[in-house]
Amino acid sequence: MSNELLEIDNLYVNAEDKKILKGINLKINKGEIHVIMGPNGSGKTTTANAILNNPAYHKIEGNILFEGEDITNLKTDEIARKGVFMSFQLPEEIPGVSVSNFLKYAKNKITGKPIKLLEFKNELKNYMEELKINPDYIERSLNVGFSGGEKKKNEILQMLVLNPKLAILDETDSGLDVDAIRTVSKGIEMFKNKNNAVLIITHNTKILHSLKVDYVHILVNGKIVKTGSAELAKEIEENGYEQYKLS
Amino acid sequence: MKKTNIEEINRNIYDIKNKDEYEYKIKKGLTPEIISEISKQKNDPDWMREFRLKALDVYNSLELPTWGPDLSELNMDEIATYVRPKTNLNSSWDDVPEDIKNTFEQLGIPDAEKKSLAGVGAQYDSEVVYHSMKEELIKQGVIYTDMETAVREYPAMVKAHFMKCVPVYDHKFVALHGAVWSGGSFVYVPKGVKVDIPLQSYFRLNSPESGQFEHTLIIVDEGASLHFIEGCSAPKYNKVNLHAGCVELYVKDNASLRYSTIENWSKNMLNLNTKKAIVGKNAKMEWVSGSFGSKKSMLYPMSILNGEGSKTEFTGISFAGKGQNLDNGFKVVHNAPNTSSVVNAKSISKNGGTCTYRSLVKVSENAKNSKCSVSCESLMLDDISRSDTIPTNIIETDEVEFSHEAKIGKLSDKTIFYLMSRGLSEEDAKAMIVRGFAYPISKELPVEYAVEMNNLINLELQGAIG
Repeated sequence: MSNELLEIDNLYVNAEDKKILKGINLKINKGEIHVIMGPNGSGKTTTANAILNNPAYHKIEGNILFEGEDITNLKTDEIARKGVFMSFQLPEEIPGVSVSNFLKYAKNKITGKPIKLLEFKNELKNYMEELKINPDYIERSLNVGFSGGEKKKNEILQMLVLNPKLAILDETDSGLDVDAIRTVSKGIEMFKNKNNAVLIITHNTKILHSLKVDYVHILVNGKIVKTGSAELAKEIEENGYEQYKLS
Repeated sequence: MKKTNIEEINRNIYDIKNKDEYEYKIKKGLTPEIISEISKQKNDPDWMREFRLKALDVYNSLELPTWGPDLSELNMDEIATYVRPKTNLNSSWDDVPEDIKNTFEQLGIPDAEKKSLAGVGAQYDSEVVYHSMKEELIKQGVIYTDMETAVREYPAMVKAHFMKCVPVYDHKFVALHGAVWSGGSFVYVPKGVKVDIPLQSYFRLNSPESGQFEHTLIIVDEGASLHFIEGCSAPKYNKVNLHAGCVELYVKDNASLRYSTIENWSKNMLNLNTKKAIVGKNAKMEWVSGSFGSKKSMLYPMSILNGEGSKTEFTGISFAGKGQNLDNGFKVVHNAPNTSSVVNAKSISKNGGTCTYRSLVKVSENAKNSKCSVSCESLMLDDISRSDTIPTNIIETDEVEFSHEAKIGKLSDKTIFYLMSRGLSEEDAKAMIVRGFAYPISKELPVEYAVEMNNLINLELQGAIG
């Protein structure tokens, strides 16, 4: 059986008629942690949105395969049900829908199975403890009145509960203090196993210190200009993106 | 209050039409002869017959409202105002004819009665076909009966209150109601009696090209409390049907009343309902209102805070789809010191539907130290729908805390994408956002009705109905 989870082949994507991605290639296998780094406006968030086929982004050329199946034009919810998850940079607020009801509903949709309530409750409680989320939040409206850090932790909670095969974390670390970054890293470690994969999208390197990263890709101006090991992130930390911008 | 769960109600049942069978149907139109005939058919006492004829005069003397949805399509010459079903008033469901009983069973009424209600009244077309109340409430002196029985058996109480809270001069359709009213409920809760479990009346209009004009009169005496639930529905016909009910609520000193409604009329219905409460000293009146269905609706429940320290709360939601114009709102008059009102109104419009929140807040000069807080929020599901807010505020004293907040929002593509990335289909995502929006209202309803409301929302979003 193939180990391959995601394959992006020569992907071109426009947003509002602007060319953003200009021929992206990327392969992610089970058990791997990948990082896409790049300066603002390089196309990082577009890559994440394109994988989940956000209708606001238009694919011009290229394919996306997930476990060998072409998902390029599937609807977002179908892609989610195949096992792709995205942690949002700016999670949406849903008034009147509690965190617990939302997750119950989403988990049912993702798994297609009825939710065993007690088991679900315990699982949720356990994850919330690990992520240091106030237990009262469970009955609060999803993301409404949450601070930036609380929203991000809630995204990680959703990732743990929905247990995807591929988790894409779009700038999950941005705007977080040191403690929150540590908690998010811990969540990723809890999630990670040899059968799933993580794609971390970031423009800084703090979150990478505590995670065992397999590949780092440098995205500049809609193209992956370099791929390397975790060492590459350290190099960026020291020298920035300037040299790649020029190339 | 004990809450129970009933199975989700299939929306299709609302549109099941029974054969238009009746024992008696008055000929269409409005003339003194027709009104006298209705009165005769109903065995009215003389005072009531005279009342009806006077109300008809008032009806003829008043003009249609010059504001709100256009009602010119309503032709009273095409509406039968009285349709008597083929049964008498029963106190056992076994005695209710099969097709009528089936309708109410599918609406979940007998089941809810067993599980979570202290009493039930069920009206089919113009007459109440079933009425029953738990023994212990009868022993405590609670009266819950159909309006006709009340007119016969409690004439003094009825005469003292009937159309005194809502006088026939209020507007044209109240006058019409006064002339042709039939059915409805009468409730009296004696001093100090707390009715912990709700009473419910359900109004079903089956007959095409007809009208339903039920009269609800509730008196909650000093220090007593009650939760009353009213449900309404009708199957869809191609011709216009009319609902012009009237609800009069008397909440005496230190009493409390919660009045919950889910109106779910078919989309050929003009819903011109009038509801008003007079609230006594330190008494509390709470309205919970869900307005679905109907082609055009003009519905503005009103609290008159006459007693010092009286309070009212209004929590309501309207949902307008294609071809619907729902002009709903709330009115409150602060007539005494230290009174308070809290209004939380929401509306949802989609597919070209129009929702208008129209309100009146009046704080009179002697209502010193009163508080009034109004919040209205609307959600439009697309670019072709409409939402308006038309508040009228008359504040005659400086010593008042008054706030009015209005918010209009649209369903955002970003939010839908977010939910779809969690495995929800586009339809599920929209429904979740709308249910969440409606949650502050649905949480005020007993569980059964919250479930029903969520079902109605889902069905409205699927566009499964008319």
